[in-house]
Amino acid sequence: MATAMAVRALGKRASIAARGFSSSCETEKAAKDGKPINLFSAINQALHIALDTDPRAYVFGEDIRFGGVFRCTTGLFDRFGRSRVFNTPLCEQGIVGFAIGLAAMGNRAIAEIQFADYIYPAFDQAFPFNVIVNEAAKFRYRSGNEFNCGGLTIRTPYGAVGHGGHYHSQSPESFFCHVPGLKVVIPRSPRQAKGLLLSCIRDPNPSIFFEPKWLYRLAVEEVPEHDYMLPLSEAEVIHQGSDITLVGWGAQLSVLEQACVEAAKEGISCELIDLRTLIPWDKETVEASVRKTGKLLVSHEAPVTGGFGAEISASIAESCFLRLEAPVARICGLDTPFPLVYEQFYMPTKNKILDAIKATVNY
Amino acid sequence: MASLAAFGRSICPTSPLFPAPACGNLGSLLRPVRHHGSGEAAGEAVLQVDNRCSDQVLDFPGGKVMFVPEMRFLPGSPNERINCYRVLDENGQTISGSRFQEVSKEVAIKMYSDMVTLQIMDTVFYEAQRQGRISFYLTSNGEEAINVASAAALTMDDIVFPQYREPGVLLWRGFTLQEFANQCFGNKLDYGKGRQMPIHYGSSRLNYFTVSSPIATQIPHAVGAAYSLKMDGKNACTITYFGDGGTSEGDFHAALNFAAVMESPVIFFCRNNGWAISTPTAEQFRSDGAVVRGQAYGIHSIRIDGNDALAVYSAVHAAREMAVHDCRPVLVEALTYRAGHHSTSDDSTKYRSTDEIQHWKTARDPVSRFRNWVEGNGWWSEAAEVEHRSSTRKELLQAIQVAERAEKPPLSELFTDVYDRVPSNLWEQEKSLRETIKKHPKDYPSDVPV
Ligand SMILES: Cc1ncc(C[n+]2csc(CCOP(=O)(O)OP(=O)(O)O)c2C)c(N)n1
Ligand SMILES: [Mg+2]
Repeated sequence: MATAMAVRALGKRASIAARGFSSSCETEKAAKDGKPINLFSAINQALHIALDTDPRAYVFGEDIRFGGVFRCTTGLFDRFGRSRVFNTPLCEQGIVGFAIGLAAMGNRAIAEIQFADYIYPAFDQAFPFNVIVNEAAKFRYRSGNEFNCGGLTIRTPYGAVGHGGHYHSQSPESFFCHVPGLKVVIPRSPRQAKGLLLSCIRDPNPSIFFEPKWLYRLAVEEVPEHDYMLPLSEAEVIHQGSDITLVGWGAQLSVLEQACVEAAKEGISCELIDLRTLIPWDKETVEASVRKTGKLLVSHEAPVTGGFGAEISASIAESCFLRLEAPVARICGLDTPFPLVYEQFYMPTKNKILDAIKATVNY
Repeated sequence: MASLAAFGRSICPTSPLFPAPACGNLGSLLRPVRHHGSGEAAGEAVLQVDNRCSDQVLDFPGGKVMFVPEMRFLPGSPNERINCYRVLDENGQTISGSRFQEVSKEVAIKMYSDMVTLQIMDTVFYEAQRQGRISFYLTSNGEEAINVASAAALTMDDIVFPQYREPGVLLWRGFTLQEFANQCFGNKLDYGKGRQMPIHYGSSRLNYFTVSSPIATQIPHAVGAAYSLKMDGKNACTITYFGDGGTSEGDFHAALNFAAVMESPVIFFCRNNGWAISTPTAEQFRSDGAVVRGQAYGIHSIRIDGNDALAVYSAVHAAREMAVHDCRPVLVEALTYRAGHHSTSDDSTKYRSTDEIQHWKTARDPVSRFRNWVEGNGWWSEAAEVEHRSSTRKELLQAIQVAERAEKPPLSELFTDVYDRVPSNLWEQEKSLRETIKKHPKDYPSDVPV
């Protein structure tokens, strides 16, 4: 049954995510005074802090007043009131357009798009792609820095969830990576989510923050209660390794982590990198790793063709050509719409990754 | 250039579009006045205008506009809300003086029994979701009259562009309980081949376009399709359904404007059920609902009681006549209430009072209201009720068992229909996926034939 399958798959992810990641000293230190919470609570904490620390911060979107369909905005309305936390009409282009205007006046506009599927351009006529691509992204450039909407942060849940079908599962990040002027950030865990979201909110550039909805409840990690930020455009090396470099982001990190563990059992040492910010991305960290390992595998849920893995792969082929010992492997979603009953087939699963690791290492 | 010159002049150009002569403000100015005014009063207004000199009238492209000395802003909302057309009172009695479209005994019985069937579908599928047998469901509770009566007023050649809370339209057209169940279980008999979530029905046989989750995208599609019907000289129109929430999307506005300008035979059917998930209409819009927006775009519009099957039937019947015979769009705003939760992912008691829900579920239930009327005509009885409910329930439970046991669509269908033919990148991906499945069969659900 589809449902049973979803639960099985969820179980797998849960165990990994709950284990958490060994991470940089900074977060390691911070974790000491933290309580274990899940990802949506971490987002909720960040939003509380953002509103609390900046009287010019606003949170709004469809259904956010009662807490949002994923509970990320729970308690904000009661605490900060209806003029700073509010429901909007059901109109994504309106939400983002309004947010740009608000941000352009020196405010922190934190807008929620209920599902990343509803941020899309061409499948739908009315989505805020034009507003994001032609307005938010070019606001500063086109005015010669007379104006900017840097206070804009768009939060949106993305990715597979086990039963979402076409319109509640997509990973549209690569569309936005093709738009200079935006920052695209995707956290892998609760602690990361809080720190990266606060950085996006306070960064002087418009950003899109994709939240892995599969992990909202499942990923549990110790998260410091205080206000902290994690750097944008800095990838994080999660495991040091010598045989192959694995790069991913968001929910896919836990799948890569599982593959690493399995590969280690067969004597393959993987270096695992969480890219965290997709544009502008931290090429140096990935390059340094590939110079060391000579092999690269990139993995994401979005369809392989034109995905951000293609950009990473081309860049590394350019800069590390002589050092590469095998073609760059990409283990990604299939080039089909996201298919409900075939979800497991579509997904870049642990074993697909593991097979590609072996094939690349033995090339 | 010519048109620019005309723009500034206060005398009518003599183009065929502005055929007025001399002190000329008759033509296009008078016609609309006669149209909207009633009797004497309108006649007086006409005379007054007629006597004024042309410098009191702006000869504006699109129609003449009178100058006035007072500065007066239009109010944001009218003093009185637009009235609501109704035929049946809460007890199912026809209101005296009400005018409505005749419904034959046969049609009335089918309408009522389909409304009951829809209720049973909602109860049983909802339960199946709670038991984890299907992954998702969404009921039409409280909107049975809208679903069934609007469908009954159309012909099978009329084309439907649904949102998602209108499965009763499909039911009316002959979609079987087995077909509904096949879609909800995503088995190999589902026309959508198991690719979409439950309740995303569609049927080309029944002229019902497949449901798509993004809100409001179907509305402009209906306008384009209606234009095609008009160009082909078909005796048919399109109808598109959407919620109060949908009227906030840009698609809604684009669609209304296009329909008016292109004179497309389309019925815009707004189910104003008070809520868009947790967002009440007061946070959705400040206009008097959707009906006034239709008018603002130049579209004939009506507000009706959506829980009154006869009002829905009559209004859609009349709207269809206007759409098909006058080749123009019509907007129907039906006032109703989403009596269930938004979907199985929602608990609406978190944001609205149970009293409110209860009131609409009982005092304003459209199904029992229509039952009273049908029974009052001697067309239905308690015995018929019991028999219909139990046989439908049985049939549905049977259909669900069959649907649940049926195989999922085969793996090959994962790659078809992305394009008309499978392109080479997908052939390669299928080949490589099959190798992976061979190596790791346990990773994959056993009910999908490989
Ligand atoms: C473009 C888009 N944005 C957001 C959503 C999430 N969503 C699904 S239903 C819904 C509310 C729709 O309300 P309404 O149009 O009134 O229809 P109802 O559910 O009341 O029948 C929302 C916001 C969506 N499906 N599509
Ligand atoms: Mg609604």
